[in-house]
Parts: sequence; C-alpha cells; structure tokens
Amino acid sequence: MKLKLLTKALAVAAVAMPLTTAVADAYELVIPATVYRTGPYAPNGIPFANGYGDYYKMLNERDGGIEGVKIKYIECETAYNTKQGVECYENTKGTPPSGGLVYQPLSTGITYQLIPKATEDKIPVFSMGYGRTSAANGKVFPYIFNLPATYWDQASVFIKYIGEKEGGMDKLKGKKIALVYHNSAYGKEPIRTLEELSKKHGFELMLLAVDHPGQEQKATWLQIRRERPDWTMMWGWGVMNQVAIKEAASIRYPMDKFIGVWWSGSENDVLPAGDDANGYLSGAFHAAGDNFRAHDDIKKFVYDKGNGGGDRDRIGEVLYNRGMVAAMWTSEAIRTAMRMHNTKEPTSEQVRDGFEALDVDAKRLAVLGLEGFTYPVKITCENHTGPGKVALQQWDAKAKKWSFVSDFYTADREVVDALIKEDSENYAKENNITPRTCN
Amino acid sequence: MLFFLETVISGLMAGVMYSLVALGFVLIFKASGIFNFAQGVFALFAGLALYDFIAEDGWFYDLFGFALPIWLGIIATMGVMIIVAWLVERLVLRHLVNQEPIILFMSTIGLAYFMEGLGDTLFGSDVKPLDIGLPSGAWDYLLDTHNLYIEKLEIVAAGVAAVLVIVLAIFFQKTRIGRALRAVADDHQAALSVGISLRTIWVIVWSVSGFVALVAGIMWGSKSGIQFSLSLIALKALPVLILGGFTSVPGAIIGGLIIGVGEKVAEVYAGPFVGGAIENWFAYMLALAFLLVRPQGLFGEKIIERV
Repeated sequence: MKLKLLTKALAVAAVAMPLTTAVADAYELVIPATVYRTGPYAPNGIPFANGYGDYYKMLNERDGGIEGVKIKYIECETAYNTKQGVECYENTKGTPPSGGLVYQPLSTGITYQLIPKATEDKIPVFSMGYGRTSAANGKVFPYIFNLPATYWDQASVFIKYIGEKEGGMDKLKGKKIALVYHNSAYGKEPIRTLEELSKKHGFELMLLAVDHPGQEQKATWLQIRRERPDWTMMWGWGVMNQVAIKEAASIRYPMDKFIGVWWSGSENDVLPAGDDANGYLSGAFHAAGDNFRAHDDIKKFVYDKGNGGGDRDRIGEVLYNRGMVAAMWTSEAIRTAMRMHNTKEPTSEQVRDGFEALDVDAKRLAVLGLEGFTYPVKITCENHTGPGKVALQQWDAKAKKWSFVSDFYTADREVVDALIKEDSENYAKENNITPRTCN
Repeated sequence: MLFFLETVISGLMAGVMYSLVALGFVLIFKASGIFNFAQGVFALFAGLALYDFIAEDGWFYDLFGFALPIWLGIIATMGVMIIVAWLVERLVLRHLVNQEPIILFMSTIGLAYFMEGLGDTLFGSDVKPLDIGLPSGAWDYLLDTHNLYIEKLEIVAAGVAAVLVIVLAIFFQKTRIGRALRAVADDHQAALSVGISLRTIWVIVWSVSGFVALVAGIMWGSKSGIQFSLSLIALKALPVLILGGFTSVPGAIIGGLIIGVGEKVAEVYAGPFVGGAIENWFAYMLALAFLLVRPQGLFGEKIIERV
C-alpha cells in the first residue's frame, strides 16, 4: 500500500516537474519595496505600501503584468530605519531573474544613502516627492528621480499661496512665517529654499525643530503662541503631525493658516484631532478618494480575490493613493523602457532610460483609469523632477474628507532652479563627478 | 513674565505625564529589583487593548457586535494586563530567580520586542484616536481672562498622578502585600525563607505596574492617539528615574516635574541659540549632572556594600 502511494507520488512529481520548472523559468520584473509596516512610522508606511503593492497586483491580474511580463513584487521591512533600508537594498538588488529594477525607499535618509550605491549599481531610485531635491539635475544624478515635484517646489508654492491669500507677493514683506520641522535630513530639506524666499519677499522666517518622534512638542507650540507667526508650515511625519495639529488647535492657532507638507496631510494626521483639525491645509500632487477607475480595478482584481494588502474600506486614503500613483509612474517607466529597447527583459539601466523618457500625459492618465487624478508628467535626461506643480488641499472634519482648495501652482522656478544648480554642482565637485551631457 | 510662568506650568504638566510612565518602572524595580525596559510597551499594549474593547472598529465589536462601555473596557483591559503579568512570571521571571540583575534587564528587552510585535499583530499599527471623555484643548477661562495657556488634559493628568501616588504610598507602606513586596525587593532568598511566595508577589507587582501603564497609556493616548510611538515614552521616563531615584514613588513625581520644567525652559530660552530641538538631550544632561553628585537620585536608597 505504502509502496503504491510512493509510486503515485513519484509519478505526480515527475509530471509536475516540467510544469513547475516552466513556471519558475518565466521571466519576471523584480520590483523590491523597502516598506515600513512596523515601528513608530508604521501608521503612514502601511497605507503607502498597500497602495504601492496593490497596484502591481492589479497589473498582474488584469494585464498579466507590464507588457505581458509579470511583476515580482517583494517587500523588505525597514521600520523607517536608514541602516535597515540599506540592508534591504543590498539583500534584494540581486533578486533573480531581473534583479531589482527600481527602488522606492520612502525615506529621505535611506534615499541619501542609496544615491551613490544605486548610481554605482546602475539601478534607478525613484524618490517620489522626497529625498535629495537637487537630484532633479539628471546630469549629476543619472539614476535618481524625484518626480513630480520636490520639497523646494513645494516650499515655494506654499509661499505663493500665502502671498495670494495676503493679497499679493508684495504683502509678504514684514510677515512672520514659521516652519515646524522634523529634526532630520527630511525635515531640514526646505530650509535653504525658504531662506532664499525670505530674502526675496522680505518675510521673517522662524525655524522650530522637533526631535524624533515628536510625541512631546509643548515647547515648540509655546514659542508659536508667543511669536504668533502669520502663517505656519510643517515638515512632519508620523506622530509628530498628529501632536502638532492638536497642539495648534489647543493654542487656538487658526487651522486655515497652518500648512503641512504632503507627508503631513493624510487622514492619519487629522483624525486624532477630531473637529479641531477642520480647515487644516496640506500640499498635494494627486487627488484623495477612491472614485477612479483604477480603484475599481484594484477592488475587482485584487480585493475581490482576497489578495488586498489592507482593508478594502481604506482604499482611496491619501497615503494609499500616494503609493498607488508611485506604482503607476514606476510601471509606466518600465513599460517605456520595454518599448524603447524592444525587450521583454529590461535591465535596471534600461529602466533608467524608461524614466528619462517617461511621458504620462492626460490621455495616458485616462487610459490608466486615473483621469484628473494627477497632472501630466514628462521627464527628460536633464530634468528628473518634471513639472514641479503642487496644489493645496483642505481637511473637512465633518465630512472627514480632503478637497482641493487651489489649482496646481507652478514653483518659483527662478529661486528653485538656481538652488538646484548650485547644490547639484557642489555635490558633483565634492564627489568628483563629471556631469554627463544630455543629447 | 506671564510667558515664563506659562512655560514653567507647561513644563510641570509635561513632567507629570513623564512621571506617570516613570511610576511603572519604580514599582517593579522597588518590588523586584528589575529594571523593566518593557514598561513603555506595556503602556502601548494597554492602550491598544482598551481601544479595541471600547471602539466600534475594534475586534471586540467585530466579534460580539457591540463595544464595551468605557468603564467596563478599562476593567477588561486591566484583566488583560493581569494575564500579561501572570504570563511574564510564568514564562520569563520564574526561570530567572536569583540571576544577575543584568540578566533580568536583558529579559525585559526581549519582552519589549515580543510585546511590540504581539501588539502589532493583534491590534494593527494604525493610529487609534482614543476618546474616553477626557477634556482636551486649553483651559478657556484662564486663556480668556488671564491670557494664560494651560491644557485641560494635563490638569487631569496631574490629578490622576496625585491620586496614584497616594494610593501607591498607602499600598506599599500600610498593606501586608506592600510590605511583602518590599521584602522581596530587599532579598529574594530571605523573603522566600519567611514564607513569602515570590511568584505571587511578582504577579501582583507586574499587575499593578500594568495598571499604571494603562493609566499612562490613556493619558498619552488621549493626547496623540494610541500608536506605536507610545512605547518610546519610556525614553522620556529614564532621566526622570535617574533624577528621582529608581526606588522612590515620590521621587518619580518630583523627578518628572524637574525634568519637565528644565527641558521646557531650556528649549524655549536656550533652544533658539543652538538650533532648537534640545529638550530631549537636555533632560539627559540634567540627569547626568545629578548622577555626578547624587548617584542614587534625589530620593533613591543609598546602596552601601561591604567590600
């Protein structure tokens, strides 16, 4: 009896072997994701990772991947820790069959560490709306992309918005504008631009650092209460955002004069403050909500089959959508690379070419089921950021909803481009990099 | 002058919040000589459990179709913390009797990591806005009439801390169990020889510490929502303990107040000259300065050892 069973098992195995080998041999596009589903920043890391992963799963189920080649999506946990992030990169970059094609670190600290490594390995890093701003200069940073806008773009847009609300940019003279920032590479990123803008428009800039993780900020908000800045901006992340919004409400700081960076503008940040958060503003480069065809496809092809990364009712939250839009631009860059190089097996270097030829216009957005979700983006060899546009969204505490309250503003190119040039050239000099030519 | 007063009062209130966490450390150290690194995670775990008992998106609601009223939720959470205390004794401490303090300390580091992971797995990592009816925002009367800013939640925290200290002081000084707890802290072997059950005592003290963690979890959770970063408030309690002494309940309170005021005054008045964000390390600098002149802390017991 036992012998019979053994023979049957061996027979089944013999038949199945070529099949499994065939499946294992099928080429796949490896997209590693350095995520943080644990640690103090997990409440923000999880929805982003869910949106990022769900979009690839949807492409696999709906279209059989990108251009018919399946995506192998692998997550590596960083807990928002730079060291762990670098370990994740080293451990996953060689994953067969394609090797890591592109990285989305979701951390400015990790991005800074990966800039020289990934450049050496010829693997593109897509630090979407974070990381080193001057990486916008593709001549100096050939493998780093920070589309569709940078922190410096955003800082200048906030000043434009404030100027508009004050009745003109000339009215900024003598105004006091505070920046409450996470005391890290990320939080310090906009300072340089704001200092330049302060010189240009004559407003007083007040800088207030908050240490990680930002659970206790009483001293910061006491200073804001004393100085009473006309406007306050925030570059926060995680618990820092929630505490800051509560503290601002507590000292009766007007919420419609309090603007957070796009990483300080999710449902997680405002819900703990309840009604007090009503009117709070934040930057944005895409819409909130789940009323787009891409969301319907994710529900149909991923969640209906029980493969969703998170809860179905959280699809459409700001950070979920941010992960989704990151996956959309990434997959479009890979698609572009495959078409450009006429290959089903692109290398990471070719994916870089795909990013540099990325052109997701309004028509393409409509095809992707994301009409009106974000603005058209076109990347070139010189410009790795693209349009650099930012809109402002406002929180309605009663409806528990974010809505756009402005159009997409263009950044102050005069100030931002000069700073990008200066910073990237300094980087090139410090690191003995000869900027490449783009023809 | 009014702003200085505001800074000092805010510091005192923040100090009370630190003290609530420090108290849990003191209790366990006082009764068992163990520095419980997992105390911050206990506060997080208790907060997560409470939320899931009382919220309509908690697992209790999913399971039974209704959420517990707040008072019952607090009792149920206390039950959870007693079970945790029992498990800690059963699975960890029982096997480490008479080991070096550093071994016991290391075991609590492991416990912290385990509880963090367990909390994540059981309750998820989302921010959970805790609302058990505690007041929030500024005290309107003081702000409107005297332009003085004090947060209502912090006043409640001060009241709660005062009650906790009184109850704990009575518990340690006047009750049989309290005396037994102190006996165990002095000498495990001697306590055993006079018939005190080490295991029972440890379960009791870890349960009481679990209760203190629940109170801290509620207060901090009401401030920022229940989320993982709550476990990091343990780091805020460390300088408080160094300053107040590891074995003194009043020391935890006084230490908290000194640290709270010190860091706020430093941040507001010295911070702008050195780039700000100095309050975290200033608290440790203050504690370090105290260590140099009074290693046992303000109220800690002076340890005299024969050489």
